[in-house]
Amino acid sequence: MEQGPAGGSGPAAAAAAAAAGTGGLLLPLSETEQQRYSELFSRCCPPPEAAAGGSSVGELFRASQLPPDTLHQITEVCGAKRVGYFGPAQFYIALKLIAAAQSGFPVRIESIKNELPLPRFMALKNDTEVRYGTPAEFHGVKFQVPHATLEKSSYKRADEGEKQEPKSPPMSPICSPPASPSTYQRIAQSYGYGKARSGLEQQHGAPYEVRHSTHQQDGPSSGNYGAKSALTCSTPNRSLSVEREQQDSSSQYSDDPWRITEEQRDYYINQFRSLQPDLNAFISGSVAKNFFTKSKLPIPELSHIWELSDVDCDGALTLPEFCAAFHLVVARKNGYQLPETLPETLLPEYLQAACLKPVRDCALFDSYSEPLPSSQQTRDFSRAEKSSAEEVPDNSALLQDGKKDDKQAVKVSTTLKTIPKEFQHLTVKAGKENLSYSSTSIEDAMKKGEEPPTPPPRPQKSHSRASSLDLNKIFQQNTQAVRSGWLPPPPPALPPRPSVSQTEQPSEVELHPQMNRPPSQAEENSSAKKEVVLAQPPSKPARRKLRTEAQGLETPELSPTINVTSSLPAVKPHLPVQKQSSKQKRAIQTAIRKNKEANAVLARLNSELQQQLKEVHKERIALETQLEQLRPVTVL
Amino acid sequence: MAVCIAVIAKENYPLYIRSVPTENELKFHYTVHTSLDVVDEKISAMGKALVDQRELYLGLLYPTEDYKVYGYVTNSKVKFVMVVDSSNTALRDNEIRSMFRKLHNSYTDIMCNPFYNPGDRIHSRAFDTMVNSMMMQVC
Repeated sequence: MEQGPAGGSGPAAAAAAAAAGTGGLLLPLSETEQQRYSELFSRCCPPPEAAAGGSSVGELFRASQLPPDTLHQITEVCGAKRVGYFGPAQFYIALKLIAAAQSGFPVRIESIKNELPLPRFMALKNDTEVRYGTPAEFHGVKFQVPHATLEKSSYKRADEGEKQEPKSPPMSPICSPPASPSTYQRIAQSYGYGKARSGLEQQHGAPYEVRHSTHQQDGPSSGNYGAKSALTCSTPNRSLSVEREQQDSSSQYSDDPWRITEEQRDYYINQFRSLQPDLNAFISGSVAKNFFTKSKLPIPELSHIWELSDVDCDGALTLPEFCAAFHLVVARKNGYQLPETLPETLLPEYLQAACLKPVRDCALFDSYSEPLPSSQQTRDFSRAEKSSAEEVPDNSALLQDGKKDDKQAVKVSTTLKTIPKEFQHLTVKAGKENLSYSSTSIEDAMKKGEEPPTPPPRPQKSHSRASSLDLNKIFQQNTQAVRSGWLPPPPPALPPRPSVSQTEQPSEVELHPQMNRPPSQAEENSSAKKEVVLAQPPSKPARRKLRTEAQGLETPELSPTINVTSSLPAVKPHLPVQKQSSKQKRAIQTAIRKNKEANAVLARLNSELQQQLKEVHKERIALETQLEQLRPVTVL
Repeated sequence: MAVCIAVIAKENYPLYIRSVPTENELKFHYTVHTSLDVVDEKISAMGKALVDQRELYLGLLYPTEDYKVYGYVTNSKVKFVMVVDSSNTALRDNEIRSMFRKLHNSYTDIMCNPFYNPGDRIHSRAFDTMVNSMMMQVC
């Protein structure tokens, strides 16, 4: 290869030597070409090495927007395949071939002997020749990013920031909504950058490796970061887009800064929930104002964001509107200019379809916004439980107990910790329509707070005790069929009558003679329950009691004296018939129980107050007598 | 097509004022200001309990040689004043009413924005767009 006396004498020399190895292929390279190639080469391989890293070269080639076949061809022709690496010679030849291919010439050695324009690579930085190639079709405008002003470091950060921004604002330490750490350093990228990158995306048919995991969190620290980052930025976005459910054609991929990624959506949904637990209700204007003001954007911009996102102009934000607004805030913080009109991907209808599917399951878990009857609710719950465990961030830990049958009881019992709270919330709301505004839900929350006076933890003790050992076995013994039939009821579980459970306990014990420990455990349980009942909010002990009680319910329906094992076959045919009636029964019973519980609580309260009243009376009497005694003295 | 559109607050200071031929802005501002007297006159003449939209629309406030001034007042005493070119005879009353209705709708949309404090100047881009659509196209 014949090379002008440009920089990079090392590579030049090596290239010359290698050129001899490739069969004396002489390529005339112009001055600019030489500079450009050497620059690219040094970018793809750090100076001390003689050969370019395969991955970085691959990325560079892909950035050229050529179809993968062509790229393979080029690789072959330039000799890298033969020698097994990308030496400078191969690299330069390859670049030349890329240029040829981009100009429309076939990939042949002959074609590169001519004068060719420089090869174009998407999303490479600050050259005047940089090639924001065919930009995204959806806006169809070719932007000249002011890359002359971009420094490499800021570009890196910009990439990092932008890559982070569309992907994972929650991964950056965000405590207040908009923080994405690198963004503040970012020079304001024009909107076109995002578009250009999406243009990059749409050109590539080849699937990308998932490199985003490595690049996401890493700072711009690696040496090769320059080109690599530029190109791999697009790769993670691309891989993310593959994950996502919207499958528009290649046109609008995750590079689109106005498209919300999964993590972002989850994050927004969580934020929404923190403001307004009911995912189907609105966030009022004032609440939203306070929230978005925390982002420290100037008020006019926030005003504009609101205008864009509140599509129905009602002064309140639904979940999709909120996601759109939040996304705009995030985008603005990352340096994007706000659009004049709401981008299509942020329209509520668009987001509705996307948002509500995962949200629906969350809603079932967390909000129970519709006043479902308990039986239906339990069915929903079990369904949701089985189907969407991963999607519910709050309950994920609980649900990760797994779906195995033998653990299902545990899972139910653990999830029940959260359920009673929600269920009471629900029952408080029962009879009301969906709340429209957070204020009403706050009232509800307050009401909810009044009913069960004390916090959860206590029952867990017995729970863990139970769950660790015997209840598991008990459930196992109780057969899969029984369990499946009977698990749906427990979730809305409410306190059964304490006496019932306690009486059930011994019967339960009898029924499971195989258990080594049930007697002791039953005693423990019953005593624990007693104490819990006396001192605790109804819901928690209820769960276990209900479970055992449900067991007890099942067992009386069979015959209590029969050994469990022998009753197992009998249980199965009983089950489906009994399921319906028992569900209804249970529903009524839960209501009854609940009322009784409330009564018990109030009675307790009453007795305490009576006590206090008595004491106060006594004090008063004492004071009066004292007064009487003193009075004759003073009169004198 | 209006030549000048103004939104006046209850306290009779302008929230928003925009005119098309920008060289004569001061003249339009003056016109709008003087028309406020007429507006107040009409409001007081109407008495209380103005709920009907017919009464929100005040109609022609006063004509001059070159242009006509129309007025509209909302229930919260926010006034919209529109100056149209006299030569534009094609503009009928209904059209003026519909223009005011659009203005009123946009104004309520702005009010819904929690970041807008009533009494501030209006900087909304959506409102601007809407007003631009109503203004005369100056070639």
